[in-house]
Amino acid sequence: MSKYSMHLLVCGGTSCHSSESDAIVCNLRDELEAKGLVDSVQVIMTGCFGFCEKGPIVKVMPDNTIYVHVKPEDAQSIVEEHVIKGRKVTRLLYKDPVSNEPVSDSKHMGFFKKQLRIVLRNCGFINPENIDEYIAREGYQALGKVLTEMTPEEVIKEVKDSGQRGRGGAGFSTGLKWELARKNQSDEKYVVCNADEGDPGAFMDRSVLEGDPHSVLEAMAICGYSIGASNGLIYIRAEYPLAIERLKIAIDQARENGLLGNNIFGTGFNFDIKLRFGAGAFVCGEETALIHSMEGLRGEPTVKPPFPAEAGYRNKPTNVNNVETFAAIPPIILKGAKWFSSIGTEKSKGTKVFALAGKINNVGLIEVPMGTTLREVIFEIGGGIRNGKKFKGIQTGGPSGGCLSDKHLDTPIDFDNLIAAGSIMGSGAMIVLDEDDCMVSMAKFFLEFTVEESCGKCAPCRIGNKRLHELLGQICEGKGSLADLDRLKNMSVVIKDTALCGLGQTSPNPVLSMMDNYYDEYVAHVTDKKCPAGQCKSLMEYVVNAENCVGCTACARVCPVNAISGERKEVHHIDPSICIKCGACMEKCKFDAIFIN
Amino acid sequence: MSKITSLADLKKRREEIRKGMGTLNKATDPDNIVQVKVAMATCGIASGARTIMEFFLEQLERRNVAAAVTQTGCMGYCYAEPTIEVKLPGQDPVVFGFVDLKRADQIIEKYIKTGELVDGIIPVNYQTIDLKV
Repeated sequence: MSKYSMHLLVCGGTSCHSSESDAIVCNLRDELEAKGLVDSVQVIMTGCFGFCEKGPIVKVMPDNTIYVHVKPEDAQSIVEEHVIKGRKVTRLLYKDPVSNEPVSDSKHMGFFKKQLRIVLRNCGFINPENIDEYIAREGYQALGKVLTEMTPEEVIKEVKDSGQRGRGGAGFSTGLKWELARKNQSDEKYVVCNADEGDPGAFMDRSVLEGDPHSVLEAMAICGYSIGASNGLIYIRAEYPLAIERLKIAIDQARENGLLGNNIFGTGFNFDIKLRFGAGAFVCGEETALIHSMEGLRGEPTVKPPFPAEAGYRNKPTNVNNVETFAAIPPIILKGAKWFSSIGTEKSKGTKVFALAGKINNVGLIEVPMGTTLREVIFEIGGGIRNGKKFKGIQTGGPSGGCLSDKHLDTPIDFDNLIAAGSIMGSGAMIVLDEDDCMVSMAKFFLEFTVEESCGKCAPCRIGNKRLHELLGQICEGKGSLADLDRLKNMSVVIKDTALCGLGQTSPNPVLSMMDNYYDEYVAHVTDKKCPAGQCKSLMEYVVNAENCVGCTACARVCPVNAISGERKEVHHIDPSICIKCGACMEKCKFDAIFIN
Repeated sequence: MSKITSLADLKKRREEIRKGMGTLNKATDPDNIVQVKVAMATCGIASGARTIMEFFLEQLERRNVAAAVTQTGCMGYCYAEPTIEVKLPGQDPVVFGFVDLKRADQIIEKYIKTGELVDGIIPVNYQTIDLKV
């Protein structure tokens, strides 16, 4: 059917592209032309392979050979040796770092794929609205195994031994949480799935629910069996209409097939799941606030203890887990705790899904084993910083997390390392910042979010965060002093120590970590009244360069506030007291005569 | 649809589905026809995946290509939405990104009909797990 018997795929990702992948494509085509092979071998440029460190990469199909560090002049060897004689060009093969043996095809070099998809195993493979496709990929097998072959205690032990920790952010042992819920005797218990994904830039849970809703339903039933609950509730924000729609379809299909409801698998175990909708408040991701919201009360947190495992929804023992935590349960049951705990670092097992956003080339949803470094995530999988700019920092854990700088790039990502570095894992949002981002403005941006989302119940969060936000605003406007920086820090520490719930206790994290890692930038704002990144408008001054200005009057005509004066063909002047720093003049000027001071 | 009442039942159902009993739209023998999956999470739909899916459904039929077009969830390549995966019989699936109507047309005319690759290929950069026991 195909007119081509072979394809040469050249990586055209940004990083490889800058190292001559265009020239490689050209040379390959020229070589093929010279040998009369253009009709049977196709050369094509592809997207990023996620292996930039070894780029440029050329992949030969159908035999899956991967060549690394390919130079334009290697085109000849590839065509003469591989294409014509069918012999691999050994010197261009990837060498196993341990054995130093060349690895001949991509199917045997899994390590070049930095990602491992456990939670996302079905996302993008199955039709989420068809239960059959889930069943075909071992769906509901784990539930069947649990109900027919394991006692609840054995299930809990398996989950505990796997080392799985809550993916919602806090990283509490999932097995231990289930054990606590099991221990508390009650006529009724609840399994709750927290799908109130609220971090700006986070979309992991939505993607799982939209792509593989049954994995969460199955895991909730497994949890129900383990803790002795027959009711499941999914708390999901109404802002996720498609996820809700697909969950409804999934629940209906599971019921029709007898996989939810009474007497599941003929074992006498009953379990059903209902949806509860949230209005999209950040604080409702906190489990006590979430439970209150489900009960129809205000979404405000309460002091723990009592923990939900003792008195949760309707005062009954309740186990709350995040979407991602649940989605990893069926594989843990089917492949075993030993398998799961073999992945990851000493204290953080398995994989973590991250939503990569910000100034990065390959914005996307990724899943990597715990222990992968930030460098691998940003510069390999993420394909590096957009527009060739310089990396400045990465905000992990959303507004509750911290901003890590280049000195943390080689830190293996896990729960404990991120805390040690001054941030948190959080739910998995990663926002990449480049040299143009101002760290005072960024801290202010995240604070703005927490101020808006604070429920107002406790003073440190309600009042403290507001003051923090005001102080940051003053610093951005050039009205701050060195004493303000101390004030920022002290207030942050007090809020962290005294706020009632996780929202307040973590809200100063961006400020603290950014002050830690970019203190000079804060000092520049208060002492020199300068914004090194050129973002804080109040600290900028648009100035006309007299040498370049030809007096064309274009800037004066575009200025919305008439701040620019000057006669035709004479040097113009911008009045800083009128200028609103909109930048229109600079954009309009054809002579590069306007610059920012 | 009959209820699954035991683990053996579930396994039987799984094997039936795997043999291709009405799994994919219109597909009686999924291994011998072209399979197109369109990433239809909120983000994919927002960048135009629904139009692309309709295009494939309509055009593959009009151009007499035996194919099954289905929706799936997020493939993870947000930067390249809309994304689709095309599997030709007996070959490894190929993912294409930045699929607009023009590229969708090229994919049908070139890749699906003649096996010639077109721009926008996204190499698979992850491993996944096999739950088969």
